[in-house]
Amino acid sequence: MEMKNASAGTLESGDIMVQIAPREEAGLHIELTSSVAAQFGNQIKKVITETLEGLGIDKADVKAVDKGALDCTIRARVTAAAVRATGKDVWK
Amino acid sequence: MMFVPGNNPGMMADAHIYGPDSIMLDLEDSVTMAEKDAARLLVHNALKSIDYGDTEMVVRINPLNTPYGKKDVEAVVKAGVDVIRMPKTETADEVRELEAEIIKVEEELGCVGRTQIMAAIESALGVVNAYAIATASKRMMGIALGAEDYSANLKTQRTPEGSELLLARETIVVAARAAGICCFDTVYSNLDDMETFRKEVELIKTLGFDGKSIINPRQIEVVNSVFTPTQKAIDKALRIIAAIKEAQAKGSGVIAVNGKMVDRPVVIRAERTIQLAIASGILNKEDVL
Repeated sequence: MEMKNASAGTLESGDIMVQIAPREEAGLHIELTSSVAAQFGNQIKKVITETLEGLGIDKADVKAVDKGALDCTIRARVTAAAVRATGKDVWK
Repeated sequence: MMFVPGNNPGMMADAHIYGPDSIMLDLEDSVTMAEKDAARLLVHNALKSIDYGDTEMVVRINPLNTPYGKKDVEAVVKAGVDVIRMPKTETADEVRELEAEIIKVEEELGCVGRTQIMAAIESALGVVNAYAIATASKRMMGIALGAEDYSANLKTQRTPEGSELLLARETIVVAARAAGICCFDTVYSNLDDMETFRKEVELIKTLGFDGKSIINPRQIEVVNSVFTPTQKAIDKALRIIAAIKEAQAKGSGVIAVNGKMVDRPVVIRAERTIQLAIASGILNKEDVL
């Protein structure tokens, strides 16, 4: 899937900033910064991965700076960044 | 009804903790054009995932004649929102157009009739058409005044006493009562002046409004304290209802409580007092009915 660099989210408490960029190699490469990475890092990466795969994206570089976002916020921000990167909206 | 910006996930996650009767997640004025897409996704995911308990969930969408409105409808109906608040409503046709959009999504989901509509009236034309708007659809659950746009449309400005809003407020209450739906007053945005805010809440309660829109959890306590009936009023209402039930059991049409005749309007007011006491949590529904 063609994509360009795009981002969504903020660095405010309860939010997550997600940046997506095209990647040459196969797979999703996720770089996560979070004060709760030790406790929830794997869960956050899992939500990011599942959200992107659900949108048909299996190749991208993702940088995420988490500020204590809920899973639903992570899904929303990843989807927004992906829609902006691909130009493919999720609504009719 | 507490307004919460639709692009602030921290506030959206915590809003129900403060105990508002309803939360209105906003996709319209509090969200910049560049963030409309992201806010729509945030609101959709929040509605689907966050347990807001008994709090009524409302979303203010963008007008349907913008590039955002129809996508907003799809996103929030798919997330199971209770009420869609339509901004800047001026005619009954606009309500019917929104209803048609809602039906399209509900038919796809197999849940036709689930989503209710609230119309915000924010212009002179909207006030003139208030009753037509209030009766435009069976989904209409309420109409609300949006005073900032309304004042601008009138070519005036808001004042602490709110004299510029009086006709609009009274018209909206009358239209809502005639239509048998709820009515909600506009926001008061000066958080540093709680005294004027309290006076405004007292005024709109006297005018007949069902509730007040708020922008901060600090305002909840004031609204609740004004709308919660006093113990004296509750006791009197309970005596009236008990006397009515007793009279009905005996087949008697006219009753007196404490030496005063009780007629139909008195009973209606007593029932309203008890409804407010139940809503305020100081009476149990089971104890009254």
